[in-house]
Amino acid sequence: MIAGFAVAAIAVAGCGSSDSGGGDAGSGSTTSAEPGVSGKTIKVGVLHSLSGTMAISEVSVKDAETLAIEEINKSGGVLGKKLEPVVEDGASEPATFAEKAQKLISTDDVAAVFGGWTSASRKAMLPVFERNKALLYYPAQYEGLESSPYIFYSGATTNQQIIPGLEYLKDKVKVAKLYLVGSDYVFPRTANKEIKAWAKANGMQIVGEDYTPLGHTEYATQINKIKSVKPDAVFNTLNGDSNVAFFKQLKDAGIAPKDIPVMSVSVAEEEVRGIGAKNLAGHLVAWNYYQTTPGAKNKRFVAAYKKKFGSDRVTADPIEAGYVQVYLWAESVKKAGSTNPEKVKAAAKGLTFDAPEGTVTVDAENQHISKTARIGLIQGDGQIKEVGSSGKPVAPDPYLKSYPWAKGL
Amino acid sequence: MQVFLNQLVVGLSIASILLLVALGLTFTFGQMNVINMAHGEFIMAGAYTTYVLQTALGTGLITLSFGLALPIAFLIAGTMGLILEFTIIRRLYGRPLDTLLATWGVSLMLQQLARDIFGAPNVDVTAPSFLDGGVTVAGVTLSHPRLFIIGAVTLVVVAVAVYLQRTPAGRRMRAVMQNRPLAAVSGVRTTRVDRTTFFIGSGLAGIAGVAITLLGPVGPTLGLGYIIDAFLVVIVGGLGQLRGAIFAALLLGMANSFIEYSTSTSIAKAAVFLLIVLFLQVRPQGMIVQQRRGLAS
Repeated sequence: MIAGFAVAAIAVAGCGSSDSGGGDAGSGSTTSAEPGVSGKTIKVGVLHSLSGTMAISEVSVKDAETLAIEEINKSGGVLGKKLEPVVEDGASEPATFAEKAQKLISTDDVAAVFGGWTSASRKAMLPVFERNKALLYYPAQYEGLESSPYIFYSGATTNQQIIPGLEYLKDKVKVAKLYLVGSDYVFPRTANKEIKAWAKANGMQIVGEDYTPLGHTEYATQINKIKSVKPDAVFNTLNGDSNVAFFKQLKDAGIAPKDIPVMSVSVAEEEVRGIGAKNLAGHLVAWNYYQTTPGAKNKRFVAAYKKKFGSDRVTADPIEAGYVQVYLWAESVKKAGSTNPEKVKAAAKGLTFDAPEGTVTVDAENQHISKTARIGLIQGDGQIKEVGSSGKPVAPDPYLKSYPWAKGL
Repeated sequence: MQVFLNQLVVGLSIASILLLVALGLTFTFGQMNVINMAHGEFIMAGAYTTYVLQTALGTGLITLSFGLALPIAFLIAGTMGLILEFTIIRRLYGRPLDTLLATWGVSLMLQQLARDIFGAPNVDVTAPSFLDGGVTVAGVTLSHPRLFIIGAVTLVVVAVAVYLQRTPAGRRMRAVMQNRPLAAVSGVRTTRVDRTTFFIGSGLAGIAGVAITLLGPVGPTLGLGYIIDAFLVVIVGGLGQLRGAIFAALLLGMANSFIEYSTSTSIAKAAVFLLIVLFLQVRPQGMIVQQRRGLAS
């Protein structure tokens, strides 16, 4: 664990210099010109935590990605060739992610890698993909302030998830005092820095800020603190198992959603199953997709996912993003007529795709995708009802350049 | 004052969980000197037992399934312990470092097994309805699950104490612990005692697993969150000492609760570790030391 964080820290320190863009297309690339292509197949990498603490979330994303690969193969493949997934286990360790990414690129010669979840794993893989000029598709929502020329970000950045969540709290829930609870690593710390800057500019008071280690399961003290300062709402950036303990104990302490609603950004349908819907009903979440999102495309996706993996399974935002990003890559390759990363990147600019969440567009500059922001209310049956929406896709702004309050972050 | 009372209750509640997860280890680690890294997975087995019973009996019988889970989890975790003892640990007695590595491997295998059987995501265990909510006394809220855990750990501690002090089997267990060769020449079948000890120690982990489904996540990695704390309690308390484990759990629980309130969770964890290191410098044998009769140490 410690070693993992050390690697992540080094990766963070290293990524500042690598944001300048990939101008020198093709030259000096360590990957082959048409990576992954051999005979009748194109190899692609799938790299998620199949063991360790993050397996809870990442296994389902891997499932969605293999489903997309299967569907693409059924409808004829890409460039007349079938996709062949090479699945690797990141084991919830950032260092392992970096190592396995290198292995997929150099040994398996994959055309692209779909993978990662925690920001620590992405930060660890980033230098590997930039060094090899290979492509990573990353499906999780994250804290923004990054834009690698070799990563496609198919999850939300801050202005597509956290800021709409805050605006909903301010306008609809009339929150004046906000309490921040998060896990102690890069995503919650960075997100809360942005939340505090937003709150300052919007007249919202932050009455408390608490971080607990990943995997922490004892929230009595935090709940006592919350009780004593009486916030109007809690903004929750806890990740993984901790959410189960936090919500169970919050309910047992007699704090109901009508007293203090909790807005979560890492709790989706998949997590609701493990936390128990009755512990969560009435709390809020901010995402870009729910299983209940209307549209024929989503209906098909949900049906296919349940058919392949079991009727008790649910789809959720990161699962959908994993599914979509495989298609985004495939469409870009078809358009480029090649798996060459530089050609794929060029073809991806402005590419649109009719996704289960609605039509998404790949941003020409930052390689994030436009997404509709949706605020959801958790229901007693574990599904999430949309109660607020941006109405149209929000353009990604990872560095929050269009927000005056974000200067100096 | 209000804060003090609140945190006192939190401390007590943390202590009860620590004690519950550590009780089994006072047997296997404390008395038999086996560093059983798979102890956390026995806790996990107890938690999944609750889940399986609940799923099998349906949502109408949650109280019944929870009540049944306590003895059944004890038996299941205990049996897993027996199998582990029989297949691996009995070949490694007197080699604590080897038991550490071997049981760590077993721990990883059990985690993956749980992942294959139940899936990687957490599962939802519903608490019985009589454990919903809580009572408020003098402005301090005591949630029912936490009261239940405090009650359960008290009962288990009393039962263990009675077993050790009042029953022939318990006396044999203490005899083997205090002086193995002398117990053997007095006619105590030490291998059988070892096996019983391991069964009970592992079974207690199963009970802990049932109880913590009330508070935390139930997933394949559940055990990881508790194993280190459990070892700390046993080491600080003094190997094999029931009283020591109780004092240590209370001390660690209170220290955690009060330091956490005035600082942050991460700092509290670090501070508690620092306190433990300092304490062990002064008293490496732990709070309570076994009086041994014999020339061999």
